[in-house]
Amino acid sequence: MNISPTNPIQNPLFQKIEQVRRRQAKVQDTHITLAHGSGGKAMRDLIDDIFVSNFDNPILSQLEDQASFNLTPLLQQGDRLAFTTDSYVVDPLFFPGSDIGELAINGTVNDLAVSGAKPLYLTCSVILEEGLPVETLRRVAASMKAAAKEAGVQIVTGDTKVVHRGAADKLFINTAGIGIIPRGVNISAQNIKPGDAIIINGEIGNHGTAILIARGELALDTNIESDCQPLHSLVENILHACPQVHAMRDATRGGLATVLNEFALSSNVGIRLYEESIPVREEVNGVCEILGLDSLYLANEGKLVVVVAAKYAKTVLSAMKLHPAGKDACIIGEVIPSPTGIVLLKTVFGAERIVDMLVGDQLPRIC
Amino acid sequence: MKYVDEFREPEKAETLCCEITKLCNQVEKPIKIMEVCGGHTHSIFKYGIEEILPQAIELIHGPGCPVCVMPKGRLDDAIAISQNHNVIFATFGDAMRVPGSKTTLLQARAQGADIRMVYSPLDSLQIAKDNPDKQVVFFALGFETTAPSTAFTILQAAAEKIHNFSMFSNHVLVIPALKALLDNPDLQLDGFVGPGHVSMVIGTDPYEFISQQYNKPIVVSGFEPLDILQSIWMLLQQLVENRCEVENQYNRIVQKSGNTVALQAINKVFAVRDSFDWRGLGDIPYSGLKIQPEYAQFDAELKFTIPNLKVADHKACKCGEILKGVLKPWECKVFGTACTPETPIGTCMVSSEGACAAYYKYGRLSTIAKRTITQKPKITQEPLPACGFSSD
Repeated sequence: MNISPTNPIQNPLFQKIEQVRRRQAKVQDTHITLAHGSGGKAMRDLIDDIFVSNFDNPILSQLEDQASFNLTPLLQQGDRLAFTTDSYVVDPLFFPGSDIGELAINGTVNDLAVSGAKPLYLTCSVILEEGLPVETLRRVAASMKAAAKEAGVQIVTGDTKVVHRGAADKLFINTAGIGIIPRGVNISAQNIKPGDAIIINGEIGNHGTAILIARGELALDTNIESDCQPLHSLVENILHACPQVHAMRDATRGGLATVLNEFALSSNVGIRLYEESIPVREEVNGVCEILGLDSLYLANEGKLVVVVAAKYAKTVLSAMKLHPAGKDACIIGEVIPSPTGIVLLKTVFGAERIVDMLVGDQLPRIC
Repeated sequence: MKYVDEFREPEKAETLCCEITKLCNQVEKPIKIMEVCGGHTHSIFKYGIEEILPQAIELIHGPGCPVCVMPKGRLDDAIAISQNHNVIFATFGDAMRVPGSKTTLLQARAQGADIRMVYSPLDSLQIAKDNPDKQVVFFALGFETTAPSTAFTILQAAAEKIHNFSMFSNHVLVIPALKALLDNPDLQLDGFVGPGHVSMVIGTDPYEFISQQYNKPIVVSGFEPLDILQSIWMLLQQLVENRCEVENQYNRIVQKSGNTVALQAINKVFAVRDSFDWRGLGDIPYSGLKIQPEYAQFDAELKFTIPNLKVADHKACKCGEILKGVLKPWECKVFGTACTPETPIGTCMVSSEGACAAYYKYGRLSTIAKRTITQKPKITQEPLPACGFSSD
């Protein structure tokens, strides 16, 4: 081989080597190793191959230490930022109807949406356990890509950490999100007033039940799927029909009961629920019966509780029913002046009982 | 839901309440009924059954919550076993928050003990098979309802020659507890709603002494709202007709002589202890089950060194009186203040099936207190309003 002594860099071989050095590499490993979190080439390959390629957008592709974006178009959409963060540590990572990736996008999108905000930008931080199959990460990232596309948001920055085997459970994801709240929209749990109606967009407890079954610790077989879904466009429909919504919250961990207790405490009002109006699937009720659980406390990932003045209740309900995520919407209760800070449930027998805050997790009973 | 919704129909409940009200008028005195089982207590509060009953009926919530009656000392023993470095301690979920004298299993797990929640004792046997280098201990507790499944698990462990598995037996028996209650002069009851799940195993025959020796009627009941209402109606019929019998409302599940196979398994694996300490009720003779010497290799009490100390209930705690119906939960000085589901002091606040926990969790105390004051002692002779299904 002849190498030019005058300008070796122009030599075809060296040029080829330089091309290879700069080539965007694919992750060749089958499992995550500590090298993928080392800050070196393996990590860069992982980020490029799995995250940048999936979340592709102009802001992320700059690969700066931060995402920067122009404020002018944001200011045209509203006058306040909504900013939120959440971490996802679900086990198993994949379960009927959804997975941790979709959950991480929709959860943060929904936390923004219930303030009335239009979700725009998300971050994505992952903590990977050494030994996690790379294929699992690929599936999760692809799922996040699809969920972000559906929700109309961009994942613009992120972080990757790898911890020793046993220091984390497979994969944890944190997502933060920014959205813009339109002018005139003022949604807060403190706005709730006696006489307001309480509306939910469908069946409760499907996600919590799907996770319980997916863990495989119960010898139960059902076709229940998680209700994981983005709610931003349903919220748009609601606010379009009735900008005067008092409060909205997605009923995730802790379920419907926890959200309503938070509402009652925040606005110092009472809440009365009607048991017969609360939509619960037969299978969910069945699992609750077997394990001694209460569907009111089971987690959801696509359920929205809306509180609105009674005079607007039918308008909001009609608007919700026109949306696929709200087709089963119904009024489940009312806000009452007292007892303050308390949620009551009118049972199907006409009796009334308290629906209290949960103490710890719900624990299955022994018989 | 098939076979569930049928037992929750409001119209049928209303009809039953009307009939109960008519019978109440014929008895012409306040009626005290004890539901023995924690599952009944839970249903009564969850569905608001007490609220739709005539005010002349007072329900007393008995000692049938299996985790509530676990004494602190035994919890301490369980925690001590779990803290052995080579042990995986398996337990049902609702035992996790039951307080010992210093801590709970939940807290012990946070401090490093390998404590795992299981849904069945067989799950704990599987853990033993999966972890041959560990000792797996199952926290066996409950009435006769759960004793058969733990007995079968020991039989299976013996058949499969699994040597790294044992049980810490805290099974208790319902009949000695009922007898202890009936022997207590403070207790003034008109009848019992008998436990459905326990009776599925033991049958209804063992309750004959209640009607024959103590002249109290008992109706073994299912757990759905209509089951409980029908059982109360059956009890009232006995009272009106001056009968004292053992009746079986839950005959779709419960046989007169119980489940022979389950009873045989219990008798094969377990022996009755001379005495067992009950939280809130103290020592009750012949009320607990220990593992037979033949299966000693599966007895955690022999396999591990445990403190085995008896720890007294808190002085301020009035659980014993509440279980006997002498006091209502809110008449205990620590109820809802020092003693809450987050920080339970007494037996009745421990599980949601306990009386105090049920009152605290579900009960509108102002309404309940008002109702209790109103109901005593006057019984109206006039036609009652429409059956207690008030709109507010």
